[in-house]
Amino acid sequence: MRRYALIAVPYLWLLALFLIPFLIVVKISLSDTEVSIPPYTPTLDLSGGWQSVKDFFAALDFENFVFLTTDDLYWKAYLSSLKIAAISTVLTLIVGYPIAYGMARAEESWRPTLLMLVILPFWTSFLIRVYAWMGILSNEGYLNQLLLSLGLIGEPLTILNTNTAVYIGIVYTYLPFMILPIYATLERMDGSLLEAAEDLGCSRSGAFWLVTMPLSRPGIIAGCFLVFIPSLGEFVIPSLLGGSRTLMIGKVLWEEFFSNRDWPVASAVAVILLLILIIPIILFQRNEQKQREMDQ
Amino acid sequence: MKSTLAPLAAIVLAATTAQAEEVRVYNWSDYIDEALLDKFEAETGIDLIYDVFDSNEVLETKMLAGGSGYDVVVPSGTFLQRQISAGAFQPLDFSKLPNAVNLWDVIKSRTEQYDPGNAHAINYMWGTTGIGANVGKVAEALGPDAPLNSLELVFNPANMEKLASCGVHFLDAPAELIPAALKYIGEDPDSHDPDVIAKAEGVLSAVAPYVQKFHSSEYINALANGDICVAIGWSGDVLQARDRAAEADNGVEIVYNAPVEGALMWFDMMAIPADAPNPDAAHVFLNFIMDAHNMADASNYVYYANGNLASQEFLVEDVIGDPAIYPDKATLENLYTTTPYSAKVQRVVTRLWTKIKSGT
Repeated sequence: MRRYALIAVPYLWLLALFLIPFLIVVKISLSDTEVSIPPYTPTLDLSGGWQSVKDFFAALDFENFVFLTTDDLYWKAYLSSLKIAAISTVLTLIVGYPIAYGMARAEESWRPTLLMLVILPFWTSFLIRVYAWMGILSNEGYLNQLLLSLGLIGEPLTILNTNTAVYIGIVYTYLPFMILPIYATLERMDGSLLEAAEDLGCSRSGAFWLVTMPLSRPGIIAGCFLVFIPSLGEFVIPSLLGGSRTLMIGKVLWEEFFSNRDWPVASAVAVILLLILIIPIILFQRNEQKQREMDQ
Repeated sequence: MKSTLAPLAAIVLAATTAQAEEVRVYNWSDYIDEALLDKFEAETGIDLIYDVFDSNEVLETKMLAGGSGYDVVVPSGTFLQRQISAGAFQPLDFSKLPNAVNLWDVIKSRTEQYDPGNAHAINYMWGTTGIGANVGKVAEALGPDAPLNSLELVFNPANMEKLASCGVHFLDAPAELIPAALKYIGEDPDSHDPDVIAKAEGVLSAVAPYVQKFHSSEYINALANGDICVAIGWSGDVLQARDRAAEADNGVEIVYNAPVEGALMWFDMMAIPADAPNPDAAHVFLNFIMDAHNMADASNYVYYANGNLASQEFLVEDVIGDPAIYPDKATLENLYTTTPYSAKVQRVVTRLWTKIKSGT
C-alpha cells in the first residue's frame, strides 16, 4: 500500500502539471475562434446536463490541424527550429564536455567551487542575462569595441539580430544543463578503469575515446535532451537576439496567439510541437531499454 | 470560539478595505510622467500599481483571457472596439467622473466610431504614425534634399538601400504599416479587401531587406543615441527621442513628420475591464487623469496630444505650438483612421506581415 502511495506521487504530479494542461490545449486546438472571453468556442457548460456535454463534443473538429498543412510557413518554422536546436545542442556539447571533463578531473577540494561557478549565472534573471548579450553583441557593443581596438577588424561585425546571435544566446543559456549531467557521470567514473586501459597498452587519447566517452554516454544523452527540448520551442532568445528573418516555431506560436488571436490554431501548433518532441524521445527510450535487456 | 473569530473577522475586514484602496493600471511604456503617479497616491491615498506594455496584441490577449487583475487598461481605438464587442469592458459610470466635462468634442466625435456614445472609454492620448529622422545622417546618406516628410523616404527602395547602412527601424505593427503602404500607392488605407491588402506586400517586401529591426519601442533610444537614422514610429515617441538627444547634447538632431501623403491617426483609450477588481478606484484614477492640470502635465512630459480641451491652456508652447503634436487644420484633414479587421482578414494581415519580415 505504501509502495503504491509512493509511486502515486510522481504520477499525480505528471497528471496535474502535464496531462491535464495538455488535454486543455488539445481541447482548444479542436475549437473555433470567436470574439469573446475566452476567444474560442465551444466552452464546456456543465449546467446543461448530458445534452450540453454531447453538443460540446460534437462541435470539436480537426479543422485547425488541416489548416496547418495548407501553409508552408508552419513546417518551414518547425524545420528551422529543429535545425537551430540541433546545431545549438552540438555546439553546447562541444563547449560543455571539456568543461565537465576538466571539472571531474580537478582536485576534489576544488570541485564544489567549480560547480558553484557553473550554477552562479542562475542567480541573475535569465532575461537580464540575455539583455546583457544585446549590449555585448550590438554594433557598438563591447565585443566589437574590443575587436576594433585590437585592430582585428576594420568595421563592426553585425552579430546582433542574426542567427549567430541566437546560437550564442542558446549555447550560453543552456550550457549548465549540458555540463552538470556530464560532470555527474564523469565524476562517478572509476579511475582504475583508465589505468587498466593504459596498462593494457592503450594510449591516453585511445583510453579517452574507448573508456571515458562510452561511460559518459548517459550524461551526454541527458545533457543533449535538456538542451535540445527547451531550445526547440525557445521564444525569448530568438525574439531578443534574432533578426526578423530568424524563423522559429516559438515566434509563429506567439503570432498565432497574440496577433491573430487564434487560440485554436496556436494550440494546434503547440500540440504538433509536443508530438515532434515526444515521439522521438519515446522511441529512443524504448530502444535504450531493449539494448539494456540485451546486454543483460 | 468568539475570541478566535473576532481577530479573524478583523483580518478579513482589513483585507477587504486594503483591497479597495488599490488600483492596478496597465499602460503603454514611456507614456506618463512618473511624478503624476506619486501625486495620485498622495492625493487619493489609493495604492497605485503601474505596469507597462508595448503592444496592443499583448494587452488584448490578457483582456480576452479574462482575469487580468487590472483596473485600468489603455487599448488603441481599433483594439478597443473589438474588445468591447467581446464584452471585455464595463460601461463607465459618468456620475463618478465629474472631470469628463473637460473632454474635447473634436476627439470625442472621432473616438465614437470605436465606442458608440463613448460609453466604455475616455481618450488618454492621440497621435499620428509617421517618420522620425536623424537630420544629419539622412543628409549624409541621401543628400540635403532628402524627403523627410514623405513616405518616399521609407517606401522607395532606392532611398532605403542608401539608408540601410545607418539603420532603419519600422514599428512591428502590421495594422499601421500596411495602411501606410496602401496610402503610398494610392489605395484606401482602411481597405479590408485581401486583394487590396496584398498590394501592400509589394511595397513593404521591397524595402524590408533594408530594415534593421521591426520593433515598437527600441527605436526611441536607438534614434536618440544615433544608432539608427530613420524610424517609422509614433509621433510622441520620436519627439521623446528628439528631447533625449537634445539633453544628451550628442549632436543628434531628430525631426518628426507626419507624411504628406497622409498619416494614420490613432487614439489610446482608457477603459475599465469588466472583471476589474476595483472599479471604484479605477473611476477615481480616470477622474484624476481627466483633471486639466494632470492631463497637461502628462502631455507636457510625453509629447503626445490629449483629448482634454481644458488641459490645453496649461500645455507648454513646445507641445501645443508644435504642429507635429497638435496638427494644424490642413494636416488634421489629411489624417486617416482605420477600423478593426475581422478574424479572417486579420489572419491574412498577420501572414502577410510574417512574409514581409521573414521572407517566408
